[in-house]
Amino acid sequence: MKPFERFSSRLIPLPVDNIDTDQIIPARFLKTVSKEGLGEQLFYDWRYDAEGQPRPDFILNQPRAKGAQILLAGDNFGCGSSREHAPWALTQFGFRAVISTSFADIFRQNALKNALLPIVVSREIHAELFALVERDPQAEVTVDLAGQALILPDGRRVEFPIDPFARQCLLAGVDEVGWVLQQQEAIAAYEASHPAPVNTLLEG
Amino acid sequence: MPRTIIEKIFDAHVVKEIPGAPALLYIDLHLIHEVTSPQAFDGLRRRGLRVRRPDRTLATADHNVPTLAPRVPIADPVSARQVSQLEAHCQQFGIPCYSLGSERQGIVHVIGPELGLTQPGMTIVCGDSHTATHGALGALAFGIGTSEVEMVLATQCLLQARPRTCRINVGGRLRPGVSAKDVILALIAKIGTGGGTGCVFEYTGSAIRALSMEERMTVCNMSIEAGARAGLVAPDDTTFQYLAGRPFAPKGRAWDEALDRWRRLPTDEGATYDRTVELDADALEPMITFGTSPEMGIPITAAVPEPAAARDALERASLEKALRYMALEPGKPLLGHPIDVVFLGSCTNGRLVDLRQAARLLKGRRIHPRVRMLVVPGSMQVKREAEAEGLDEIFRAAGAEWRQPGCSMCIGMNGDQLEPGQYCVSTSNRNFEGRQGKGGRTLLASPLTAAASALAGAVADPRMYL
Repeated sequence: MKPFERFSSRLIPLPVDNIDTDQIIPARFLKTVSKEGLGEQLFYDWRYDAEGQPRPDFILNQPRAKGAQILLAGDNFGCGSSREHAPWALTQFGFRAVISTSFADIFRQNALKNALLPIVVSREIHAELFALVERDPQAEVTVDLAGQALILPDGRRVEFPIDPFARQCLLAGVDEVGWVLQQQEAIAAYEASHPAPVNTLLEG
Repeated sequence: MPRTIIEKIFDAHVVKEIPGAPALLYIDLHLIHEVTSPQAFDGLRRRGLRVRRPDRTLATADHNVPTLAPRVPIADPVSARQVSQLEAHCQQFGIPCYSLGSERQGIVHVIGPELGLTQPGMTIVCGDSHTATHGALGALAFGIGTSEVEMVLATQCLLQARPRTCRINVGGRLRPGVSAKDVILALIAKIGTGGGTGCVFEYTGSAIRALSMEERMTVCNMSIEAGARAGLVAPDDTTFQYLAGRPFAPKGRAWDEALDRWRRLPTDEGATYDRTVELDADALEPMITFGTSPEMGIPITAAVPEPAAARDALERASLEKALRYMALEPGKPLLGHPIDVVFLGSCTNGRLVDLRQAARLLKGRRIHPRVRMLVVPGSMQVKREAEAEGLDEIFRAAGAEWRQPGCSMCIGMNGDQLEPGQYCVSTSNRNFEGRQGKGGRTLLASPLTAAASALAGAVADPRMYL
């Protein structure tokens, strides 16, 4: 994985609470056996009409979405299924961070494993950011993961919480599977002292 | 120090605590299915790794399989490819696979318990958010993404932060016509879909103790709809009776030893939780959802809420958006609202107990001519047992379709879908926009409410049919 670097971007507002993973990417696109091509399917049923034509009133179809890297969404973003296709679709579209007041647990984990930063802010800052993009759609916010802060256009720093291990992994570009593979000895020792409750290859 | 069952199971599976990192947690059982595993196997192959413990891994095909016979070959080439790739991966890596054609095929969260693979005190994961179902037997079970599936295939471990503990105490006794599904829908309506974020639930109280194993699975299953990755019920005699004699359950002396271990699992007296939520079973009515989030639920006799009563602008906008999608008017009751489809099935309500409850109402009656009713057993075993009791005949005679096992219209991947604009009373777990088919409108409810609504051709109160 590439190290996660500081960046600045416009915000793409999606003021809806509880945006679930079925909206982020509908289940019919989960028949794929690869990770490719999911960016086109991001928010498909909100983005395209029944004939598959882009809806001009949906924000991802507007010129301002092109090149934007931060999504600003309502409460409890990413609730629903465990599909990692959701962060794959978001990152393939170009997003590198989502800002909300809260994230669903599995989505947050999946996002962090794909260098998509789930940024939790207070209700006040959340409302302020929506007001900011309303006033100035081109306004840019900086994401500084090393400093664990958002930097607003007026220069204010807004700190956000993040699991310290995930932060380290993102900043250093650490591959978590590779990291756990280094713990083989401890895993083998655990297995030796804990007999398996079931063996799926044998009936008891 | 007194500990909750959640802490006991977590502690017993910590392989190593490494400063600055989440705990390295050992996984006793890894369940996989066709949809969230292909990219994980790709990753494994790219790294040149084997599956560390195929003997702790089991696969089935459920999300994407046809429910009409003959099921093989699968007509949709994209679905066929995904299922055949699962079979090929399992063969290559030595993982047992109960795919189409197996007498044990079924929804992953139905077959784990019924085969006795799910046992108290275990850690269980699956690339599916409804893995909490297995918590009904006193296991710590949760859904994971595909990167984590790859991690578990490679190492049999996960990096897991210690969860916060939350006790959901359901006191009192459920009244006739009110079931496990209503308990969990009422909880979600009360605390919201984000209410349990970061938590593992332990369900306690007299109303939970009185539930059968299958009903406890219904409750645990939808923990994720309240934001909790896992939910569990401490094991008791109901659990042990359910497990005894199942294919993978311990036998003989091993059974006695297991019982000793399992009896030590329940939460110690004096243990504290980070949070407690109380629910009064006596006050519960049959529940139904009206919107596009599982938290948008009401007692079946109540009116659809007014968006004007929302706590802030964003919540009001979300409610208005949901009611627009559902084409429902605020302030009006749902009772009597015409419906088009009834879906009975899923990992939430596709077990024998669920089918029996619905069949009890449908026996000797005909569903409304406007309604199409799909009955999809959760597994081959559920199907066999239901047929042995003649439930399939009751459903057919009532005018419903009796199908083959799979996730079916809960997720609509296999072609079992709603048409745009249709209303469906569904025993599944999610009413998200388009979940059951693009433009489809889902009303989540219990098997009893679903059966009553099928008879009425409209949203109906099951208590009128008991």
